Amino acid sequence: MKHAHNTTRARAIDPLPGFRFALVSTLLWVGLIVALPLTALVMRPWQEGIGAMTAALQDSRMFAALRVSFVSAFLAALIDVPLGVILAWTLVRARLPGRRVADALIDLPFAIPTAVTGITLATLYGPQGWLGAPLARLGISIAYTATGIVVALMFVGLPFIVRSVEPVLRDLPPDLEEAAGLLGARPWQIVTRVVLPALLPATVTGFGLAFARGIGEYGSVIFIAGNQPFRSEIAPLLIVVRLQEFDYPGATSIAFVLLVVSSLCLAGVAWLRRRVARGLITGAAA
Amino acid sequence: MSVRIETLVRRAPGPESKVLLDGVSLDVPDGGFVALVGPSGAGKTTLLRSVAGLDAPESGHVVIDGRAVEGLAPRERNVGFVFQNYALFRHMTVAKNIAFGLDVLPRGQRPSKADITARVAELLTLIQLPDLGQAYPERLSGGQRQRVALARALATRPGLLLLDEPFGALDPVVRRTVRAWIRALHDQLKLTTILVTHDQEEALDVADRVVVMQDGRIVQDADPQTLEEEPATPFVMEFLGESLRFEGQISSGQFVPNQAHVGAFDVQSLSDGPAVAMIRPHEVRLHAMREDGAAVRQIGVRYGLIRLSVNLGVRTVEILQPEPTASTFYDCGVQLDIQEARLFRDGKLARAAQEAETGQQHEMVSAI
Repeated sequence: MKHAHNTTRARAIDPLPGFRFALVSTLLWVGLIVALPLTALVMRPWQEGIGAMTAALQDSRMFAALRVSFVSAFLAALIDVPLGVILAWTLVRARLPGRRVADALIDLPFAIPTAVTGITLATLYGPQGWLGAPLARLGISIAYTATGIVVALMFVGLPFIVRSVEPVLRDLPPDLEEAAGLLGARPWQIVTRVVLPALLPATVTGFGLAFARGIGEYGSVIFIAGNQPFRSEIAPLLIVVRLQEFDYPGATSIAFVLLVVSSLCLAGVAWLRRRVARGLITGAAA
Repeated sequence: MSVRIETLVRRAPGPESKVLLDGVSLDVPDGGFVALVGPSGAGKTTLLRSVAGLDAPESGHVVIDGRAVEGLAPRERNVGFVFQNYALFRHMTVAKNIAFGLDVLPRGQRPSKADITARVAELLTLIQLPDLGQAYPERLSGGQRQRVALARALATRPGLLLLDEPFGALDPVVRRTVRAWIRALHDQLKLTTILVTHDQEEALDVADRVVVMQDGRIVQDADPQTLEEEPATPFVMEFLGESLRFEGQISSGQFVPNQAHVGAFDVQSLSDGPAVAMIRPHEVRLHAMREDGAAVRQIGVRYGLIRLSVNLGVRTVEILQPEPTASTFYDCGVQLDIQEARLFRDGKLARAAQEAETGQQHEMVSAI
């Protein structure tokens, strides 16, 4: 009797209607789409034996490729932050003609096949390209260098920053800026002390997304990078190279390291986001 | 700090260009506490924002403390402003919020770190939240946020305090407390305060002077007692509280209501013609009628007065009566005595509220 009473009570305070259905489908999809492939990825390197794995992990070309990937992705995401915030600011605040067109253009990097992006950028920044030729005269070469990788990753990463920041900026109450002005803040003080801190959690989220995308990006990079081992070869490309050599332990060990380091980086981004979100987002760490 | 507003005009942007402020003039003396009241869209918030410099009027002048402030940015006007939703900076602690106005001062004028900390502590004590300096606004209740917003506005010692619907988001009990507290603060710090509210009761409670606005104009600007006794228009009368309206005619020195069951009364010095009588529910008196009276029914109690519903045939009115008097009418019909009413003619006050002569009630009962 008592037991029956308890179940009805539990049902009465159920916060989510259809909780069981939601839970089962969540677990099923996360399991099938995310957890299962990742598990396979974690298991596979060890199948050839510990020896093959340790041998693969001592490959200096692999570490160079991982370094190129992470450093380029980090730099590209970092440079995208001010660009993306300014772009979002313009889209939300400035009543420019053609604003809607610009707004639609922002999402294009999501839609264009990454290979097309890569070829376009390589042509543009190549020694004979519209941008490459004048830059070459100045002694700056972008295509077929590590700089080219950063340029390609900036292109694919920019929409993440803009789209993360834009809705938050749009919802920012205008009275915050008015209040700051009435309290004596100059325009730049309003921006740096009131507006940007309010946008910071969204900016960090956008940074994390752009960074993650940059680590995994393949298509757009390989056309512009030059792909010289130890200098401008990215980790995803090295995986493909290893696969073409039928070196499965080598390919999976790179993937494994990529997975572990990416997880750590994203955990770091999540931690940073919680820190900067103090007071801004309910439930954020105080 | 005195404030003088001279014929401000402000139109809403857009082709329809609704007039938000239609030549508004207002004087607030140094140390005054003025409330701007009116329905939404009356222009009271626009007026307040014009004083703060957040809204640019098309023509007219704002003079603060003898200085014309046209073209001065909000930060140069030295006014404290409290927004309806408080506009606290959520990423800063309460202490940082309060210190903001001091932190952004140019280096030469900025007090030392220790002085700022001391000032914040002083303000936290003033708003009775001494231990919440390190909390984030998110953790505070509505009333606490309101007080933090006020402390933040007062940190730079402005002489003029502007409050935009500051009590709107508070529950009624907290609201009454905060209201009394703000009035005390105003007196203690010798501030000049302009309060915008749509709650007439609040305005009458807290302000020295109440400015009633309608459609971008000031309808009446007076102290609470004058507003109650001599409302300039029927709108003011209705806006300031529950009221009953009776159409009628004045003929040979008497107001004769068109409504059945309402008694005529003497009015001196008013020419014949149509007029409107308006009265508060508690000012209506009842006379027992032996025959043909209006039926009375109790429907509730308020402020210790009995709330009665009186069926006048074509309509039913609700009035308030003290308890011992009320119970005597349940068995018999009544006639309404509205001689305390204010009379309006052509939308303007024609006769102020009258103090009824005591003892008249019984006289009339016996006369009938």
